[in-house]
Amino acid sequence: MSDVVMLAEDVHKSFGRLEVLKGVSLEVTKGETVCIIGPSGSGKTTFIRCINHLEKIGSGRVEVNGQLIGYRQRNGKLVEDSERNIARQRTQIGMVFQRFNLFPHKTALENVIEAPLQVLGLPKEHAVDKAKVLLGRVGLADKLDTYPGKLSGGQQQRVAIARALAMEPALMLFDEPTSALDPEVTGEVLSVMEELAHAGMTMIVVTHEMGFAREAADRVVMMDDGLIIEEGTPEHFFVAPEHERTKQFLSKIL
Amino acid sequence: MHGLVAFDWHVIWLRVFHPNGVFARALWVTIYVSIISQVAGVALGLIAALMRMSQFPPFRWLSAIYVWIFRGTPVLVQLFFIYTAFNLPIINLGIWTIPSEALTAIVALSINEGAYMREIIRAGIDSIDKGQMEAAKSLGMSYGQAMRRIILPQAARVIIPPLGNEFNNMMKTTSLAYTIGLYELFADAEQGYSQTFLSEYFIAVAFWYLVLTTAWTFVQAWIERRLAASERADDLTFREQLIAAWNPVNAWARGAR
Repeated sequence: MSDVVMLAEDVHKSFGRLEVLKGVSLEVTKGETVCIIGPSGSGKTTFIRCINHLEKIGSGRVEVNGQLIGYRQRNGKLVEDSERNIARQRTQIGMVFQRFNLFPHKTALENVIEAPLQVLGLPKEHAVDKAKVLLGRVGLADKLDTYPGKLSGGQQQRVAIARALAMEPALMLFDEPTSALDPEVTGEVLSVMEELAHAGMTMIVVTHEMGFAREAADRVVMMDDGLIIEEGTPEHFFVAPEHERTKQFLSKIL
Repeated sequence: MHGLVAFDWHVIWLRVFHPNGVFARALWVTIYVSIISQVAGVALGLIAALMRMSQFPPFRWLSAIYVWIFRGTPVLVQLFFIYTAFNLPIINLGIWTIPSEALTAIVALSINEGAYMREIIRAGIDSIDKGQMEAAKSLGMSYGQAMRRIILPQAARVIIPPLGNEFNNMMKTTSLAYTIGLYELFADAEQGYSQTFLSEYFIAVAFWYLVLTTAWTFVQAWIERRLAASERADDLTFREQLIAAWNPVNAWARGAR
């Protein structure tokens, strides 16, 4: 049994005539944390949105835990899968968004128990117990009954992380999780993510936070113009980036 | 000049302060035709709005044709078409009998209303950030679950104010059903007039329409206040508030403000 959690092969994606992914391949193994960096417009956000089929891919394939995502094979051709199957596949892929996307009409606790109750059909007491543990772990044990509108950005993002974890996903996707946050609260979100990475969660993180990459990432991937142009350990990127575009980009964000 | 010179206050006094049983039944007909038509109109509007957003093109076309026809033609024409083309039955619910004319009015008014509600509901759904649907989907929720649990409860806040205006209109539009022989408020006034030729009957009935629409204005304001209050509520969840807002008796029973 292979321990590859996420496999992307030659993923292409266009919006109209604009080709945003020009053949992206990436393999992420169990327990690994991979950071994707790159200038805006490089396709990194589109790429991780393809991993849970929020974006349909044009060609190539994406697998999570050996399962083709969003498509199934029929007569040697890929056809889009049923809504029900796609929904089921998404239960094993957690996603954290740049703008949190908490449900504003539900409390922190209700946000976290919503999918376990509605999708997994857990008994309510069980879901609530689990949600309390998770919210405790992200440092919000005292905010269970608070609505998102009354939480700071950092707190909201931590609820969003707990909400994704409540589904016990095999893979967590983070789409620029700290870009919408004030600088003074990015730390609280990043430290939760670092703990998660050290606890062995498999994570793909689109970020500009090189500090986080240094602390938590096993691998850093640099994307530019719809392609992965450089890949290596965080040290590699700090010490000896090879590609000219990578050097330019790092000099701007470091 | 007759009306101005010899205004018959007595008729108005009688019709306003001493309503008889026939009048009470007419009032009841106006109320239930309005409510049922509005509720059914909202349901039709919701279905049409979801069809409008469907991935399946024929659903979108059907929804577009529906709105095109029923917003583009007079409701009176629609009413008469349904009245003459279909012989709708009398609904007998034991203690409550809905005459054929009332059912005809309900069918015509709700189909007409659905066309307007589609636009209102769609605007409400459109006003919800796309990230809400994405977050729900990324958690493994189906489109239906996401709509029902996440999108529509939030859209309700946007939908309810214009929906209230629609209902205000609906109560007045029911008077058209007089033309197909439904004995509702306006028919009752017309009956009085035809026997006496006193225009005062119409003043009296206008008063009763004002009572209905004014009462509704208060109910609507209260609902909107409750919805707004849920944003800062800590003691009640949004859902409890919404239920409370829609169910005055519950809210009163639990002593909510």
